[in-house]
Amino acid sequence: MLLIDCPHCGPRDEIEFSYGGEAHVVYPEDPSVLNDAEWGRYLFYRENPKGDFAERWIHSGGCRKWFNAIRNTATYEFKGTYAMGEKAPTIKEGDAK
Amino acid sequence: MAETLPEHPDFLWAADPEPKKSYDAIVVGGGGHGLATAYYLAKNHGMTNIAILEKGWLAGGNMARNTTIIRSNYLWDESAAMYEHALKLWEGLTEELEYEMFFSQRGVLNLAHTLGDVRESVRRVEANRLNGVDSEFLSPEEVKEVCPILNISDNVRYPIMGGTYQPRAGIAKHDWVAWAYARKCQELGVDIIQNCEVTKVLKDGEKTIGVDTTRGRILAPRVGLAAAGHSSVVAKTAGVDLPIQSHPLQALVSELFEQVHPTVVMSNHVHMYVSQAHKGELVMGAGIDQYNGYGQRGSFHVVAEQMAAAVELMPIFARAHLLRTWGGIVDVTFDASPIVSKTEVEGLYVNCGWGTGGFKSTPACGWTFAHTIANDEPHEINAPFSLDRFTTGKLIDEHGAAAVAH
Amino acid sequence: MTTASSSPSRRTDAAPGHGIDRSQPITITFGGQKYDAFAGDSLASALIAGGNLQTANSMYLDRPRGILAAGVEEPNGLVTVKARSEDDIDETMLPVTSVEATDGLEAFYVSGQGALDPTPDPALYDRKHMHADVLIVGAGPAGLAAARAALQGEARVVLIDKENRPGGSLLSSRTAQIDGTDGAQWAADTIAELSENPDFTYLSRTTAFGNYDSNYVIALQYRTDHLEPKHREGVSRQRVWHIRADQVVLAPGAMERPIVFSTNDRPGVMLAGAARTYTNRYGALPGQKIAVFTTNDSAYEAALDLHAAGAEIVALVDSREKASEAATAAAERTGAELSLSSAVIGTNASVMGDRLAAVSISELDADGALTGETRTVDADLLAVSGGFSPTVHLHTHRQGTTTWNTEIAGFVPNDDVTGEHCAGALTGDFSTQGALDTGTRAGAAALAAAAANAGFDPGSGSGDAKAPSAQVADEAPLCGAEVKPLWLVPSATGSTDDSFVDLQRDQAVSDIERAYGAGMTNIEHIKRYTSIGTANDQGKTSGVNAMAVLAHMIGEEDLGAVGVSGYRPPFTALPFAALAGRERGDLFDPARVTAIQPWHLEAGCEFEDVGQWKRPWFFAKDGEDMHQAVQRESKAVRDSVGYMDGTTLGKIEIRGQDAAEFVNRFYTNGFKLLKVGKGRYGVMCGVDGMIMDDGVTMRIADDRFLMTTTSSGAAAVFDWLEEWHQTEWPELDVTLTSVTEQYSTITVAGPKSRDVIAKVAPGLDVSNEAFAFMEFQDAELSNGVPARICRISFSGELSFEINVDAFYGLSAWKLVEEAGAEFDITPYGTETMHVLRAEKGLIIVGQDTDGTVTPDDAGLGWAVSTKKKHFIGKRSLEREDSQRPDRKQLVSVMSVDKKTVLPEGAQLIAKDADPTPKKGSVQDPVTPSNGQVHSYGFVTSSYMSPNLGRPFGLALIESGREREGEIMKSLVNGELVEVEIGPLCLFDPEGKRRDG
Repeated sequence: MLLIDCPHCGPRDEIEFSYGGEAHVVYPEDPSVLNDAEWGRYLFYRENPKGDFAERWIHSGGCRKWFNAIRNTATYEFKGTYAMGEKAPTIKEGDAK
Repeated sequence: MAETLPEHPDFLWAADPEPKKSYDAIVVGGGGHGLATAYYLAKNHGMTNIAILEKGWLAGGNMARNTTIIRSNYLWDESAAMYEHALKLWEGLTEELEYEMFFSQRGVLNLAHTLGDVRESVRRVEANRLNGVDSEFLSPEEVKEVCPILNISDNVRYPIMGGTYQPRAGIAKHDWVAWAYARKCQELGVDIIQNCEVTKVLKDGEKTIGVDTTRGRILAPRVGLAAAGHSSVVAKTAGVDLPIQSHPLQALVSELFEQVHPTVVMSNHVHMYVSQAHKGELVMGAGIDQYNGYGQRGSFHVVAEQMAAAVELMPIFARAHLLRTWGGIVDVTFDASPIVSKTEVEGLYVNCGWGTGGFKSTPACGWTFAHTIANDEPHEINAPFSLDRFTTGKLIDEHGAAAVAH
Repeated sequence: MTTASSSPSRRTDAAPGHGIDRSQPITITFGGQKYDAFAGDSLASALIAGGNLQTANSMYLDRPRGILAAGVEEPNGLVTVKARSEDDIDETMLPVTSVEATDGLEAFYVSGQGALDPTPDPALYDRKHMHADVLIVGAGPAGLAAARAALQGEARVVLIDKENRPGGSLLSSRTAQIDGTDGAQWAADTIAELSENPDFTYLSRTTAFGNYDSNYVIALQYRTDHLEPKHREGVSRQRVWHIRADQVVLAPGAMERPIVFSTNDRPGVMLAGAARTYTNRYGALPGQKIAVFTTNDSAYEAALDLHAAGAEIVALVDSREKASEAATAAAERTGAELSLSSAVIGTNASVMGDRLAAVSISELDADGALTGETRTVDADLLAVSGGFSPTVHLHTHRQGTTTWNTEIAGFVPNDDVTGEHCAGALTGDFSTQGALDTGTRAGAAALAAAAANAGFDPGSGSGDAKAPSAQVADEAPLCGAEVKPLWLVPSATGSTDDSFVDLQRDQAVSDIERAYGAGMTNIEHIKRYTSIGTANDQGKTSGVNAMAVLAHMIGEEDLGAVGVSGYRPPFTALPFAALAGRERGDLFDPARVTAIQPWHLEAGCEFEDVGQWKRPWFFAKDGEDMHQAVQRESKAVRDSVGYMDGTTLGKIEIRGQDAAEFVNRFYTNGFKLLKVGKGRYGVMCGVDGMIMDDGVTMRIADDRFLMTTTSSGAAAVFDWLEEWHQTEWPELDVTLTSVTEQYSTITVAGPKSRDVIAKVAPGLDVSNEAFAFMEFQDAELSNGVPARICRISFSGELSFEINVDAFYGLSAWKLVEEAGAEFDITPYGTETMHVLRAEKGLIIVGQDTDGTVTPDDAGLGWAVSTKKKHFIGKRSLEREDSQRPDRKQLVSVMSVDKKTVLPEGAQLIAKDADPTPKKGSVQDPVTPSNGQVHSYGFVTSSYMSPNLGRPFGLALIESGREREGEIMKSLVNGELVEVEIGPLCLFDPEGKRRDG
């Protein structure tokens, strides 16, 4: 049960949240100009690092707002959460929250 | 006094060989898939100057962590061909590898709890039959005959409305399977190198030339990645992106009980699957954790939900005890089908994205991946599982349609 | 005491008996024999008091075994506890040491494998969530000291402990005093004092079994088993506590290890600390002639206590060349012969029984080899101490690492878990004063950290808390001295077959040797090869010894180099039912029902589960089966009028200046130009171009839309809209509200529906001219209830939908019932709805589509705008695979015999294909004679239609639309049936009935 710090509500249990995968994947401005390979990358390819990962969550059982987080996928440690539209915080190695 | 299992052979593999400077091919990942791939490379294709590089201990990843279910009743023709090829190999594997691995064809029941489940079940059964996969749709009463401890009354939230049954499906003992392949690899001259993590795939232009590892540089013109979720980390060092995501998947085991559960029961609707292993422990799997993770652990509420479903369906389990939980890392694709494919880098091959299907596919995966590496061309069985499909859109959508995982 | 025990009593008043109440005698029945006991006894202590420490024989080798431990680590004694009352059931595989003895309890031993009671468990189980500033695990001296230090200011402190009373190791001590008070009394007093503070919670009989991310500790509390039956009613049997703590203090103690030597598994071989616990905590002396075999000082204290309680200490065998002064003095006090640099190398049983009768002792040379004469000493108990392993389990659950500490010969936790503080024996300091000191420090540090995080005043406790002071009454403490571990005592015969490492799994040193010989050098491989550490005790007594034996073989001194001493949850075994908690039966996944549900129940309808909803499936009249009911309902709608509860359809209100633009981006067809007062059917795709949902969306005002979704897709669609709005298009001015639960929706369909609506809403002009298809009107029902009435049809009939505030749903339904009575209005359910819509070729998303179907595949190409520059999924529809001419297309199918109702899911094969199914039992697979038989598609929906007068279905078939009129085949119940392919819409294709 991860403890997730919703930027709007504060720390809450994971069961209140739903996951949204990699953050900052922008929907193409005009999908029609992409070729099939480029469109395929948008649809199916996401980063899958072992380590710090910028990802999306929604506080679905709370404020229902989407937000972003930097979390380590090996330790599961959250390095920070930030509201949609905000810039990702700079994470230094070993930073803990 | 309970029956003891037969003993393992006195010799399995050389404890700690030094890696050679170069090989004809390298298989990255010493799990079930890596071992099977190396075995078939040596046996089917005569490639014995090869090495398996394992970053930890042999078969210590998902091979050591799965719930050992084997079945081939997949919906789509492509999947059925792959898993049925695997099942046929499983049926001869004990003899071929000369190793008792407790392959037990006790059947697998997939329960249906809604009209939609029933519809999908019949569809899958009928499709299976045309693919030569044994499959039946059972009424609740027939379900009860196969597995008497199931509660088929209406007195539950989602009553059992029937289920599909594949009699040839079953379970095997995972470690024993891995060691059986490992012993044969050893016999065939394959180098099994443990504690050897690949840190970089080396290229000359767009050609693979070897790998850098924590035990030095090892050259090979062909490198096959069979490292499950870690494949995306390794592939990235060669500039190859893979459309997979790694998630925790938890499983658990009880203490030993006298046999009460003669088959394997899976319910996708209420998220649980359970079998009773040879020694008597109940082996169960929980749902996949929602977040990406390489931690080999998940969140406890996922396990608790699984317990509720188990006790609902099998009330006799109420006072069974959870003894140990653990987590594996499943690497999943968008269409819940695997990738066994060449890549844009010559001599670099990937095998990943098996989700929850990895263990049961082991022999066929090894068979087809070895073929792909040896011939630089996919086998007809794994050709549909190439990376191209994410460009063309010709997906093999097993989660959308079959709605059955594991 | 009314019942005499048949065994001699080993109960002694010469030991304190901290844990029992000698004024409360009870009787238990074990293995058919009665035993006297006292309240506070464990099952194990009751048996030992009755002179019986032999357990069931071992599981695989059938060797006699006895109680080894006094706690959760017990590997040999597993019991089945019989139902404690009429409404209880048996529970098996419980460690005999973990069961509290209660009056009338019946139990018996099992040998490694239990039998599950098939009777359903009627007990209640529940769960509670709690937040703590400081959570302390373990109520021994360290945990209690930590609690005292942490309970300051506003701190909420929770102390959990698996035992039935506080004190931990103090309960096992004869002489410990703290601040001048008897240790066990001090523990009780401390709890009483702390409990006066409302911010303090103490949970006894509560085992912390798992430690998860961000200090989420889960614990199991036993709440009723120790109570008399009359006090159990209404109390949950067990409770799972979910505790989120800002800071965690771990003070779980340490567990003693056995020593590996030949025949070390005989009944009567017991951990020295356990022997001490039985004596001091329970007043039960486990032996009378006791030999002690140790690697450290702690067993001397046990020897002293056993001696003080009346036992004869026949030998003190110590692996070390030299014992400490205190130990030597202790040895003298017991009068036992002290053998240094020696080991017990074997045990003998009496001729009459299995129990230990004598031990063989040999000297060891500097290399650990046997030397000199072997002597044999008669003994009925051998108390062994191989050293202590700090209980690092909860620490390693959090990926905390450990370091092998050679001084104590044990793994100690590293300080690498955020918000965790270790105290007491866990840190490797086994003295009582050490526990008090480290506990006090940990408690104060936890308080300071929690106060800083939460921003409260830590009061006076922040940093300089004074630790209580421990004294031992009459001799120096016997802790902290040197340990000389004996990982593998050589056997006299050279055979290691009976030098046991894992007693429950019957695995000996020879098994580890075989694994090593097979090429295994990693402890994980050894464990798997031998199954060591996988039994009920999960390696608590065997894990470190197995690693040590391996280390010994590979010549490694640092056990940390052999493997990782990580453990996985749970710390102790947990009943499935406790984890299931209240999520059983109706609460498993609570059903959603509509406001009209009471009427449906009264009408005796059958329900269908659709998502979480219970939807009326069909309304059978007397004696009707489902088929008959559905035929009647379907005909009634087409011939006259029917009504249906359509409430479960998802409803989402979309408001804002950009509402039209927003809706337009989701549907494949255009919504920007939709006029106020009108509705339009729309199809929604995922980014992959596959159908995701459909429904009618109405424009209530320029800036206000009401979108309807499928019943089971409502939540997903709502999430989908929100995701796009928040993450991609925040600039659009829209607000989304789910209003599914706010409205009740009643569909009135059939030629007479206009008449019914005219009566129900008398002020409404229901003529086709005034109220056209796909329009809606606000109206007042005849009972004064405001309603929104729409002309929407999912049946092809003239049809209206009445939407009212959910509060009025039932009354509106009854109004329709009354108004329709003269037309014999018929309630119908989802099955009839399906028949009617399928006759019209209208899809059900999720039934006729499966996540691989494009709008064009489903015959909805007309709803895909070619003019729109963009909608979600458009790009994917342009991919190669989406354009394939042989994609599966939705068409109708009819059995040529006009009788066979094709099963939904039936596959369609070529007319000349022959799958030659093998007849026979279910075991026979259908094996196609010539490889795979190609399936062209499958039946998605299939019904008997009273309106078409024949069975029909919908099917997705490769190039289906080109095949109209073609005959294919389908396998139905083992027979091949001919099937004709038809157009998607079979009934009233011109749509004449829509306007009545």
